[in-house]
Amino acid sequence: MVIGLDHFLTVAAILFTLGIFGIFLNRKNVIVILMSVELMLLAVNINLVAFSTHLQDLVGQVFALFILTVAAAEAAIGLAILVVYFRNRGTIAVEDINMMKG
Amino acid sequence: MVDSLNSAFGKAELATIIPELFLAVAAMVLLLTGAFIGEKRAVRATTIGALFAFAVTAVFVVMMPYGDSGRVAFNSLVHVSAFTAFLKVLILLGSALALVLSIDFFEREKIARFEYPVLVVLATVGMLVMVSAYDLMTLYMGLEMQSLALYVIAAIHRDNAKSTEAGLKYFVLGALSSGMLLYGISLVYGFAGSTNFTMLAPQLTDNPEAGVVIGLVFVIAALAFKISAVPFHMWTPDVYEGAPTPVASFFAAAPKVAAMGLLVQVLTGPFGGMVGQWQQIIVFVSIASMVFGAVAAINQRNIKRLMAYSSIGHMGFALVGLAAANADGLTGVLVYLAIYVVMGLGTFACIIAMRVNGKAVEQIDDLAGLSRTQPLVALALGMFMFSMAGIPPLAGFFSKFYVFRAAVQADLYALAIIGVLASVVGAFYYLRVIKVMYFDQPAARFDGMTPGVALVAGSTCLVTMLFWIYPASIITVATRVSALVIGG
Repeated sequence: MVIGLDHFLTVAAILFTLGIFGIFLNRKNVIVILMSVELMLLAVNINLVAFSTHLQDLVGQVFALFILTVAAAEAAIGLAILVVYFRNRGTIAVEDINMMKG
Repeated sequence: MVDSLNSAFGKAELATIIPELFLAVAAMVLLLTGAFIGEKRAVRATTIGALFAFAVTAVFVVMMPYGDSGRVAFNSLVHVSAFTAFLKVLILLGSALALVLSIDFFEREKIARFEYPVLVVLATVGMLVMVSAYDLMTLYMGLEMQSLALYVIAAIHRDNAKSTEAGLKYFVLGALSSGMLLYGISLVYGFAGSTNFTMLAPQLTDNPEAGVVIGLVFVIAALAFKISAVPFHMWTPDVYEGAPTPVASFFAAAPKVAAMGLLVQVLTGPFGGMVGQWQQIIVFVSIASMVFGAVAAINQRNIKRLMAYSSIGHMGFALVGLAAANADGLTGVLVYLAIYVVMGLGTFACIIAMRVNGKAVEQIDDLAGLSRTQPLVALALGMFMFSMAGIPPLAGFFSKFYVFRAAVQADLYALAIIGVLASVVGAFYYLRVIKVMYFDQPAARFDGMTPGVALVAGSTCLVTMLFWIYPASIITVATRVSALVIGG
C-alpha cells in the first residue's frame, strides 16, 4: 500500500480531534490540557509537512518550524501561569477552577 | 553584516516596518531599564517610557508615505496602507490610555511591577504585526506575540487567586483557539497552495473546495475567539472579573481593535471571493453576540462582568458592518471601533475610580447615590452609559447608525432589525446603572480620582459628548481608508 496525502491528513485529523476532546472531556488535571494543546499543534504540523511535500512547496515546512518555536514559548508561559495558580490554590484539578462562574 | 542585511531586504523594506521595529526595541530598552534601576523606582519610569514609545510609534505610523495601494515588503509578508495606519493609531491610543489608567491603580493595590508596561508594549507590537499581516504566517506570528503577552498580563496579580485563575482560563482557551486557527490555516494552505494573501485571493473563488471552506470556518472561529464573539465568548466575563481593572480595560480596547482589523483584512482580502460563504457565518455570529450580550448582562451585579457582556454585544454590532461586506460597512466598523475604544476606556476609568477607603469595589450597588456624593463622576459614567446604549446625540449613536445603515444598504434587513431590538434590550441594563446612580440612597463615598484617571475619564467623556459637533473628523478618514480595502 502506498502511503499518500490522504493517510497523513487522516492521522492529523484524528490527532487534532483527540486534542480537542482532551481539553473538553478531561476533568482531572490541567497538565493534561497542556498536553492536549501540544497534540493539536503537532497534528497541524503533520498537516503542513504533508501538504508541503505534496505541493512541492517549502512554505509549509517553514511554517511548521515557526509553530514548533511558538509552541515551546506557549508551553513555558502556560506552565508558569499554572505554577502561580498552584501557589494560590494548592490544586491544579480542572474541577477546582471555579472561583468565578463562567 | 549591515551590507548583507541591505542586500537581502533593502532599506525601503525595513522602513516599512519601522513602527514595529521601534516599539520592539523600545520594549527591550524598557525591560533593561527596569531591571537595572530596581523594582521600586522603575515602575513610573517604564510606564512613562512606554507612553513615550507609543507616541513616537504613532508619529512613525502617521508620517510614513503609503501611496494609494500601500507598501508591500519582505516577499509580501507584510503590507501597510492608510487602512492599517488607521487601525494602528487606534491600537496605540487604546494601549496608551489603558496604561495611563494603570499607573496609580497598581501602586494603590501594591502590585506595581515594571514588567506590566513592558508586557503591554510587547502585546502592542504583536497587534501592530497582526494588522500589517499579508501572509497567514505573519498573521499567526503577530497573533501569538499578542496572545502570549496577554496571557501573562491577565495573571499579573500573581498573589491573587482570581487573577491567576483568569490567566489560566484565558491561556487554555487561547491556546485552543490558536490550535484551531493553525488547523484552518493548514487546510487553506493545502487546498489553495499558498499562505500569501495575494496568491490566495485569485485561488479562493465563489465555488471553493470543501477543504478551503472548512479551513475558513476554523480561521473565523479562532478570530471570533479573539474578539470574544458568541459562541466563543466564554472566557470574557471571567477574565474581565478576575484580572485587575486596568488590565480589563486594556483587554477591552486595543486587542479587540487588532483582532477585528485582522478579521476584516482576512475576509475582504484573501477570502474576498468567498463572500457567499463567510457572510452567513458573520451574520450568525453577529446576531448571536448582539442578543447574548444584551440578555446575559441583565442579571449581572458586578460592573466588570457587565462590561464584559457589553463588549460581547459591541463586537456583535461592529460585525454587522463586516457582514454588510461593502465599503460603507467597513467605514461603519472603523468608526464603531474608534468610538468603542473611547467609550470603553472612559467607562473603565470611572470603574477604576470606584474605591472606598482605599479598597477597590466593583458591584453596581456600590454606585448608589453617586450623583449626590460625586456629581461629576456620576455625570461622566452616565454619559458613557447613554452613549453605549446608543442614545443620540452621543457618540455611541453614530457608531450604531453607520453599521445599521450599511446593513440596510446591503439588504440585510433582518440583521439590522434584530440589531436595533438587541440595542433596545441592552439599553435596559445601561439605564439601570444610571438609575442606581441618580435615584438610590447614597452608599459609601468614593475616594477622590487620581489625576491620570481623571484625565482619561474627562477627555473621553468630552469626546463622547461633543462628537456630534464634528463627526466628519473620523468619518471622512474612515471612508477614505476603507475604500482602499474594498474598492469604492
